[in-house]
Amino acid sequence: MIKTVYPKGRLVAKTGNEVMAEAMRQIEPDVVAAYPITPATEIVQIFSQFVADGIVKSEYVAVESEHSAMSATIAASAAGARAMTGTSSQGLSLMWEMLYIASGLRLPIVMAEVNRAISAPINIHGDQSDTMGARDAGWIQIYSENSQEAYDNMIQATKIAEKAKLPVLVTTDGFIISHCMEVVETYPDEDVKNFIGEYKPDRYLLDTKRPYTLGSIDLQDYYFEHRWQLAQAMRDAKDIVLEVAKDFENTFGRKYDLYEKFMMDDAEIAVVVIGSTAGTAKVVIKELREKGIKAGLIKIRVFRPFPAETIVKDLANVKAIAVMDRSDSCSGTYAPVYSDVVSALYAAGITGPKAINYVYGLGGREINTEHIAAIYDKLGKIASGAEKAFTGIEYVNVRF
Amino acid sequence: MENNNCKIKLSASELPIGDIVEAGTAQNFITGDWRSERPVWNKDKCIHCLACWISCPDSSVKIAPDEKKITVITGIDYDHCKGCGICAKECPVKIKAITMEEEKK
Repeated sequence: MIKTVYPKGRLVAKTGNEVMAEAMRQIEPDVVAAYPITPATEIVQIFSQFVADGIVKSEYVAVESEHSAMSATIAASAAGARAMTGTSSQGLSLMWEMLYIASGLRLPIVMAEVNRAISAPINIHGDQSDTMGARDAGWIQIYSENSQEAYDNMIQATKIAEKAKLPVLVTTDGFIISHCMEVVETYPDEDVKNFIGEYKPDRYLLDTKRPYTLGSIDLQDYYFEHRWQLAQAMRDAKDIVLEVAKDFENTFGRKYDLYEKFMMDDAEIAVVVIGSTAGTAKVVIKELREKGIKAGLIKIRVFRPFPAETIVKDLANVKAIAVMDRSDSCSGTYAPVYSDVVSALYAAGITGPKAINYVYGLGGREINTEHIAAIYDKLGKIASGAEKAFTGIEYVNVRF
Repeated sequence: MENNNCKIKLSASELPIGDIVEAGTAQNFITGDWRSERPVWNKDKCIHCLACWISCPDSSVKIAPDEKKITVITGIDYDHCKGCGICAKECPVKIKAITMEEEKK
């Protein structure tokens, strides 16, 4: 019996990986097909132990690669099973072509994803290049600030995926969350099971009474309509995410939104960030607020679908914004989160705030309170007109 | 989606999501219309060995039980036969109940 099983739910000290495995145990999907990869290894390792010990009834498929892991998960989901997998970095990259098939076939797969740098050079540490590379794959992307959020997001993701008929990936920052121990409140098995409910697919391939063909050829006749449906499903998913968050709050008492606003009501300078760095930024903001500096933070939780319409309202009255990206598109212009935020502002006709782009923390490079304080300092100067806003990307803590 | 000849195409809101298509739609696909040679079956020569039926890649050799409930060849489904000639090739040499003839439009 593994020590990480707490059927009645309680406050426990757990790493991000342990708590994601714990969520998977409570969800008890019908099928999990996965291949271990650092730093996500422990998630499926612990889960496979649950299967071996008979703690869960799930079928565990030990595959020979991540491409097979995604393929087997897709097959299980199409057959009518509640199916899950977990991966990171190169593993997600190897799933690439299958990611599009999962979303194109509208299969409600849930993936535990641990953000890690992409080779080359080889690096096993945390940055968001992997999932940002998969941002156009038609998967809902939910990012976690800490282990508690990772646990809560996994539970919500199951419900979101099945309502939206879209695959969902839930991420944690590699090593920063995946391997660091924090106190997490877990919920009783029964409550989690009641919350997610029983999975009843509309149609499934093992239903011999209503046979159908899945994944047939579309060509010019129907492909465009199907892709529109997928794009529309992603737009519609915003309401579903909020609806599930509301249910979650009513059941477990924790409030979630598409993104989190921290001290934004009267903020003059703001940082937009995704993942664990939001926690570091919050510490800086509290210090700045004591000095009377009106600093705020927007932490994007749901990156796909991107909450463009509402995020612009919260940024409209800010004088200067820094968008922090933990990945670089190598696009010759800007990083992905900045591009989304700025295009959302421009589309809404908001040109007041000066928006600048920082890339930080690639390959697990340290990002501490001093770095973030320096960013707010720069924002303050830009807001007051003492300094000009820079164009191009500013790289935090890199040696030139 | 009835078949590929359907004149009115479904819109994005009418189309089943996730590329779901009802089973057995291949029957409605008339795939035999690009045949250059057609197999012609001679009922009188046929010994009903079913070699052509088992070899046909398009299930285009039609079979049915006769009055004694023995499975016999009844003809060729020209809607789906692509004229590959396997049936004629597989027909026993001494019998030659199927011959390939040039397709006339």
